[in-house]
Amino acid sequence: MAGLARKDILGLQEMTVEEIDLILDTAEALKDLATRPIKKVPTLRGKAIVTLFYENSTRTARSFELAAKYLGADVINVSAATSSVQKGETLKDTARNLEAMGIDAVVVRHSMGGAPHLLARALRASVINAGDGLHEHPTQGLLDMLTIRQRKGGFKGLKVAIVGDSYHSRVARSNIYGLSKYGAEIWLAGPSTLLARGFEAYGVRTTTRVEEALEGADVVNVLRLQLERQEKGLFPTVAEYHKFWGVTEARLRLAKPDALLMHPGPMNRGVEISTAVADGAQSVITEQVTNGVAVRMALLYLLLGGGEPA
Amino acid sequence: MSTLLIRNGRLLDPASRVDRVADLLVVGGRIRAIGTDLPAPEGAAVIDATGKVVAPGFIDVHVHLRVPGQEYKEDMRTGTAAAVRGGFVGVVCMPNTRPVVDSAPLVSYLVDLAAREGLCRVWPTGAITKGSKGEELAEIGEMYEAGACAITDDGRPVDRAETMRQAMIYASQFDLPVMDHCEDKSLSGSGCMHEGRVSSALGLKGIPSASEEVHVARNILLALETGARVHIQHLSSRRSVDLVRWGKALGARVTAEATPHHFTLTDQAVADMAYSTNTKMNPPLREEADRQAILEGIADGTIDVIATDHAPHHIDEKDVEYPLAAFGITGLETAVGLALDRLVRPGVISLEQLILLMSTRPAQLIRRTPPALTEGAEADITILDLDRTWTVRAEEMASKSKNSPFIGWTLTGAPHATVVGGRLRMLEMKVIAE
Ligand SMILES: [Zn+2]
Repeated sequence: MAGLARKDILGLQEMTVEEIDLILDTAEALKDLATRPIKKVPTLRGKAIVTLFYENSTRTARSFELAAKYLGADVINVSAATSSVQKGETLKDTARNLEAMGIDAVVVRHSMGGAPHLLARALRASVINAGDGLHEHPTQGLLDMLTIRQRKGGFKGLKVAIVGDSYHSRVARSNIYGLSKYGAEIWLAGPSTLLARGFEAYGVRTTTRVEEALEGADVVNVLRLQLERQEKGLFPTVAEYHKFWGVTEARLRLAKPDALLMHPGPMNRGVEISTAVADGAQSVITEQVTNGVAVRMALLYLLLGGGEPA
Repeated sequence: MSTLLIRNGRLLDPASRVDRVADLLVVGGRIRAIGTDLPAPEGAAVIDATGKVVAPGFIDVHVHLRVPGQEYKEDMRTGTAAAVRGGFVGVVCMPNTRPVVDSAPLVSYLVDLAAREGLCRVWPTGAITKGSKGEELAEIGEMYEAGACAITDDGRPVDRAETMRQAMIYASQFDLPVMDHCEDKSLSGSGCMHEGRVSSALGLKGIPSASEEVHVARNILLALETGARVHIQHLSSRRSVDLVRWGKALGARVTAEATPHHFTLTDQAVADMAYSTNTKMNPPLREEADRQAILEGIADGTIDVIATDHAPHHIDEKDVEYPLAAFGITGLETAVGLALDRLVRPGVISLEQLILLMSTRPAQLIRRTPPALTEGAEADITILDLDRTWTVRAEEMASKSKNSPFIGWTLTGAPHATVVGGRLRMLEMKVIAE
């Protein structure tokens, strides 16, 4: 397997179909590793990876950490509880200090769009975007795509309904950028104050009627609702949100019988998704988590140029 | 004071109806003679302006010199050096300094400092409100007497309509223009670029056009009601242009400025330059329809002046995450090049119109006698080289700060020489300090 001809993974927007195929194929090949009794292989032995999280996300950070460890790399977790500014050290300085310690890759989660781009320009090491502001979450997008590909065989012509707060969602953006490259039909549904705008160029359709998006859908991706958006006046109450846009069993029946139900987690049960749906037969939410480790292994492997996967 | 002979240039001053190839002799700070084959007096410096355009001196009515208090970004010397390098004979400096210029002693300080250290003319503005806090009126009359040419809380909008109304009524007694940075902060929120397709794609919080437009509309209505002179600073949106056009049609004494970055770039630059913070300014770069409307407004006279909003920032304030970066870019050294390359060459406006937009009307706006190419006039002169193709380079900039999105751009058309009060301050884009 050849590596990726790029230093950094900043977003799916700038990636080609060939690159995404390579990542998904590699993830497929590496996925078995995570289910073996003895998981560790020495592929990335001697490589040092830092996870630099300026925003809490236990799930994503651990997923990267496990992926790195399964491949034999050393991992340091740096969680900056406060922002770089409050710490008095700039993002660039932080990164340069880490690089001076000889690291090979930085996995960064940041509350501001474009922060990984700034790091990528400043560093020789690879930068992997683990979520930047309202921009992209490419590894989540890739794990969603891996999950869909495994169940549906491909993406072309699939109707994908992305339900909820797409305006603030980097998951939605990475899904849009990734899936649209393969010709999927993407719908965004949610309250008008929380709908991402301006994606017509990617063939995206938006609706405030969740039923319209769910009708005949092959994939239903339910986004997490940030409850503090209510305080900012973007929707009136959680109850009203659930009433109009919550994905319930009745609404899910509008989708195809074999539609996949996805959620990037963590869920607000009874708000954007009902418990019956979250735990129902169509839910692939736990598979997404497993695939997350596989995708992150694939990226580390491809970027850090390991040998043959064991 | 030295003697200067500018030879064989095309003298072009639409306000004085001058358009002829001639020599221009400057003695003692004033234009002594205009004619053909003028003999060079003993010891006169001679500039060969063959093939060049000799224009009345350009004035920039929107410049942040950062004095007093933020001299690490720019100071009187470097700011005026950037001005003359850019072809400007004078600048109007904004009062959002540390402290805010909201009293007569601070205006006097700037007047004195400019006389000692400035390489071009400097006309200070005073704040509208004390500390630019938007609450109580500053000592507008005192500042006027000390030499303030306008009042503005630039950098900050005047939130309360009633405060703005009283400021207009009060400033009218002195015939002082009220310049306003139009922005409804509740609509801008924590936005850091124009709200639209590109902000959505980049995942950056947006500043909607309406945040500017509601204040433009408010100010025009208040100008109609009070009869005051209102100047809309750095307008950036299509509807703002429409509103100014409407206000003028109704008889409001409203004027407006547009910047070279707003007539040259759109929000797509933020994406194309991969989150470069040199694309971050307030008001933000907007969409192509907005840019086109600004071009139309410049062409049809709705927009009265071109001003740069020269906003120098230290690298540490720019080399950070996009939302954290300071708003603003430098503009003095690229404005004339951009105006010639993007407005005159494509025929958006004529050269005569450009001279009105960058010399005559800016002077009229601040109630000063416009520079003119007439015998006896003060020798404030900008010479243009329409054919020079040049590349914008950070290391050649005279400004202390290098936060320009145009670094690396190649432009055709450049300022060739700047003469301030009879002194040659710049030749071939090199500053002459003494
Ligand atoms: Zn301003």
